[in-house]
Amino acid sequence: MSNPNDEDAKAARARSGRNILLALSLLAFVVIVFVITVVKISGNVVTH
Amino acid sequence: MSPGQVFVPATANSVGATVEAARWQDYLSLLKPRVMSLVIFTAFTGMVCAGGNMHPLLAAVAILCIAVGAGGSAALNMAYDGDIDALMRRTRRRAVPSGRVQPADALALGVALSLFSVGIMGLAINVLAAGLLAFTILFYAVVYTLWLKRRTPQNIVIGGLAGALPPVVGWAAASGHAPLNAWLLVAIIFMWTPPHFWALSLYTKGDYAEAGVPMMPVVKGVASTRRQILAYSLLLAVVGVAPAFTGLGGPIYLAVSSLFGLGFAALAVRLCFSRAGEPAPPLPAGRKEGLYDVRLAARPARDLFAFSLLYLFVLFATLLVERIPIVQGLVARA
Repeated sequence: MSNPNDEDAKAARARSGRNILLALSLLAFVVIVFVITVVKISGNVVTH
Repeated sequence: MSPGQVFVPATANSVGATVEAARWQDYLSLLKPRVMSLVIFTAFTGMVCAGGNMHPLLAAVAILCIAVGAGGSAALNMAYDGDIDALMRRTRRRAVPSGRVQPADALALGVALSLFSVGIMGLAINVLAAGLLAFTILFYAVVYTLWLKRRTPQNIVIGGLAGALPPVVGWAAASGHAPLNAWLLVAIIFMWTPPHFWALSLYTKGDYAEAGVPMMPVVKGVASTRRQILAYSLLLAVVGVAPAFTGLGGPIYLAVSSLFGLGFAALAVRLCFSRAGEPAPPLPAGRKEGLYDVRLAARPARDLFAFSLLYLFVLFATLLVERIPIVQGLVARA
């Protein structure tokens, strides 16, 4: 039978990993929107 | 039950068992990264063949949207298919059937990624590409997963359209149009899908039968499947050469697609006249058959399956190579 403390530590590590992935995904989303905005605005400036 | 564990509903391999909490890798696995790599490659080929002067960063965003859309539709598929995945040896270790990820969580992830990919594609690239991407995701999640997969042996033939569409999405993203040549790339993958999956199913049909998935060898028998593989392979060999006559492929493509088409057809003929998929003699006492063990009689099926992967990669890679300026210069000089 596995030690409940080990299980808790494992669960905490898994949760921490999921949270980091979520944070990185949100950061990537912000970067993507920023990059798209810069590229689109630059294109319009060149056109005008 | 400790806080780090979740309750798993009864499935074929786990009856009310407890399992560990999901790791981030489990959520990534829902996106079927290996399938995603093929989608990225074919979509990229479509973008390059379309030509045009797309901003490299926007091209990267378009590829990301296509990849994330493919991942989202894969998560939707896994959310719904958890019950049959639990019955097949090949899929029972996946995150949903093993209980590490709940189906509702996989569904939420699939919906979120699908909305993200289509939304960004529409806002940043163009409406046609976004519409085609939305259609691809819906076709895979609704038409294939919810409707065809459990009902008809034509499931992977019709459902294969979803896997075939990425080149036209890439083409539309790069040019804003979806001309005949883009649909020719779709046709190649569409014709390629049945022989590819049926060859695999000839030596894993026991799994499908157990899960009640009406794959062709389970419903119509192995002899009929081998004949149909041959028919689709011959059609594929012809469709595969067609881009050389529409201006999409050049002389290198003509040579490569002809050679590999002949190879594909030859392996399909060999498979058609083999005993692949038929019951094999029992194994010696005490030896258990592994999931991907291929008995001697099934070798032609395994060979065609392996060659089909190479075939698709080589044809699309040749189209890319022909667009490298140095190669174009050498061809023009010859």
